[in-house]
Amino acid sequence: MLRYAVQRLLLAIPTLIGVAIVSFFLLRVVPGDVVEVKLRGDGGAVTQETIDMERKRMGLDKPLMAQFGDWMLGLATLNLGKSMWTDRPVVEEIAIRLELSLQVAIMASLVAVMLAVPLGTIAALMRGTWVDYVVRIITIAGLSIPSFWLGLMIMLMLLVLFNWLPPITFTPLYVDPKANLTQLIWPAMAVGYRYSAVTARMVRSQLLEVMNEDYIRTARAKGVYEKLVITRHALRNALLPAITVLGLEFAFLIGGLVVTEQVFNLNGIGKLFVQSVSRNDFTLIQGMVMMIAGFYIIVNLTIDMLYAVFDPRIRYR
Amino acid sequence: MIRKGTMALAVTAALAFAGGAVAQTPKKGGSLTFAISAETPHYDCHGSDTYATLHFAAPFYSTLLQFDLPKYPAIKGDLAQSWTTAPDQMSYTFKLHPNVKFASGEPLTSADVKATYDRLRAPPQGVVSTRVATFADIGAIETPDPLTVVFKMKAANAAMLAHFASPWNCIYSAKDLAADANSPKVKINGTGPFIFNEHVKGSHVSGKRNPNYFKPGLPYLDEWKGVFMLQAAAMLNALQGGQVLAEFRSLAPPERDRMVQAMGDKIRIEESSWTLNLLVTFNTERKPFDDVRVRQALVMAIDRWGGSQGLARNSTLRHVGGVIRPGSPLATPEAELVKLPGFSKDIRKSREDARKLLREAGVPDLKFVLHNRTIPQPYTPAGIFLVDQWRQIGVTVENKQLETAPYLAGLNSGNFDVAVDFSNLFMDDSSLGLTKYLSLGKSAENRSRSVDAELDSLYERHMRETDVAKRKQLIQAFEKRLFTQAYQQPLLWWHRIVASHKVVMGWEMSPSHNLGQDLAQVWLNQ
Repeated sequence: MLRYAVQRLLLAIPTLIGVAIVSFFLLRVVPGDVVEVKLRGDGGAVTQETIDMERKRMGLDKPLMAQFGDWMLGLATLNLGKSMWTDRPVVEEIAIRLELSLQVAIMASLVAVMLAVPLGTIAALMRGTWVDYVVRIITIAGLSIPSFWLGLMIMLMLLVLFNWLPPITFTPLYVDPKANLTQLIWPAMAVGYRYSAVTARMVRSQLLEVMNEDYIRTARAKGVYEKLVITRHALRNALLPAITVLGLEFAFLIGGLVVTEQVFNLNGIGKLFVQSVSRNDFTLIQGMVMMIAGFYIIVNLTIDMLYAVFDPRIRYR
Repeated sequence: MIRKGTMALAVTAALAFAGGAVAQTPKKGGSLTFAISAETPHYDCHGSDTYATLHFAAPFYSTLLQFDLPKYPAIKGDLAQSWTTAPDQMSYTFKLHPNVKFASGEPLTSADVKATYDRLRAPPQGVVSTRVATFADIGAIETPDPLTVVFKMKAANAAMLAHFASPWNCIYSAKDLAADANSPKVKINGTGPFIFNEHVKGSHVSGKRNPNYFKPGLPYLDEWKGVFMLQAAAMLNALQGGQVLAEFRSLAPPERDRMVQAMGDKIRIEESSWTLNLLVTFNTERKPFDDVRVRQALVMAIDRWGGSQGLARNSTLRHVGGVIRPGSPLATPEAELVKLPGFSKDIRKSREDARKLLREAGVPDLKFVLHNRTIPQPYTPAGIFLVDQWRQIGVTVENKQLETAPYLAGLNSGNFDVAVDFSNLFMDDSSLGLTKYLSLGKSAENRSRSVDAELDSLYERHMRETDVAKRKQLIQAFEKRLFTQAYQQPLLWWHRIVASHKVVMGWEMSPSHNLGQDLAQVWLNQ
């Protein structure tokens, strides 16, 4: 398994190089100039000389291939450069937001798992009963309601009913767990609900399929308790596709909570992504694309490893 | 000899002002949390034009002079204890307050003021100052003693004293600048009422009271925190929930109404006309907009007077005016304004004339794309309004809204037909306001790409004219020429609405969101 993991990690290198090339050149096609946005975006009477001087300072006057060379050289030395907007290291800009985004993604995933597995299992085991219908209504609602809208409703509810809102600035979990959790539980719930709806439906359909398998019938024929049949034999297999969904959703949540972050005024990666795009902050966008690509690679590898844990038939060589 | 306080005093259209703040004795202590609807890219006042920098950095810095907001546009001293202006306006002498210290503990001297202004007017290699043109008339800066600064002018400039009061001219330490001329971009070391505490990027900035502040008894607050809240809905919720006590830029009218409805007498609303406007700009290098008849027809079709009433209900657009903010001392009075193309109150006749002009120009069924910006307030309602106005003379327009970067790229490269453009001034000064309309090459802000020697000449004459009445005449002549040629024309001026909890006292409303943000006088009545 270790050899397989190393092979997969080595394969990630050409993937990341491809992502770097595509992101660099696609961004250069986008019209607009970060210097213009920074100096003239609010209407200041800034001279063209000032604009040109700043472009030169940032190296934007160099030929495109020279800029690309600088970028690739930086990547090779794990230097993602400086944000064109703030002049601060890209790594620093990402790092201060990543903690929050990672925590929301983990909390939302936990909410999703805690809701999806029991709901999907109950719905499958009680197929066709009112319980199944209730679960289906809950999951369809989860799929239909956008997370940001649910977030808005949660905020308005808190405001109108309790005249209270969660904290607006982030406090790390290790500094003040209460302040941290009272801020992040709400976006985690808003996002986790939709996320759980997808997973619950997946668990339900997979469990229904697995329950008709020969090995389940064999287990029952051997006199294994029904509870053990479900937990040890059926659910373990039924969870495999759900793990894939959970993993991909987790990677998406790192940078994909654009609107939800804005609703809750969270200082996360999604908001940073949108801001950097609207400012034409190419180096920061490139850095974030590379980070998210890296996350997808790691998450996919982890999912593949988990397959082997959950399904004894799978062996990686 | 011109002394402080000689400028005309007027606060224009400040409604519902919190008079209680004046009557009560300020209380010391407390922490103010307010929202900032944008985050500054860096800390350097000299290289910025966005309020995001000032709402962030102004409490940490002092300036030579500042606007006396209750008496706006009068000015008062900040670091300058007193000042004199030579009769021919060829020199300005400032006496500085003694015992002023930077946050680092170093004393402030005239050398710091000289280093600051040298950086503003002639930035060293690698430093961006967006105020080089503003201070181009300064010939030399002398420091006869540690508390005296003398500015020697190359040419008299009637607006110079007001420019010394600009909030953008944060005074930096000469020692810091000598060590690294770009240090103010990333490091804050000022003599303002507050000392920099922290900046958590994407989240907030905070400051704490400067115990060595040179103005006795100030500031009142112990500390403050500015939270970056880019999403209006989140900001309004936070304001309503009391997580933030104010937002000092502006709300839109529907947002104001929501706050008033939800919070009743707990919220204070202050309103003023604003030193910002939107313009209709024609690309004079493109056909048929190179034809003055087409441009005139399009500006004449716009019912500004009627539109201002409707737009004022759902957008920050409200006031009809020329190139100078309506209501301000140099603005053209309404009686004169209505005589200019595009400002007539007889809209039916104007539109008849507009249709006639389009027929004469050979484009009775004109179609074009309106280059606009995605920012909802007030660009979206402005675009929709213009499409409707031009539809009424048979012109078909597509309102194309773009993100800021491509929007600016299109504007500055001339890749548009007609655009919704903007002008953002920090004060009512004609030398700032008129620059936008100068010939391409003289003004980087002229997106119409027009070249007009007559306008350039009128501008130069007005710059050197020290008699206010004559200056006003020259501005009106400038306006007449500009609007007759219709290269670009103000659509409507913005209206500023600031909401704050009533516990926030001592903050002064002004026509510019860039002024009065040092928070020195702000206190909490709780």
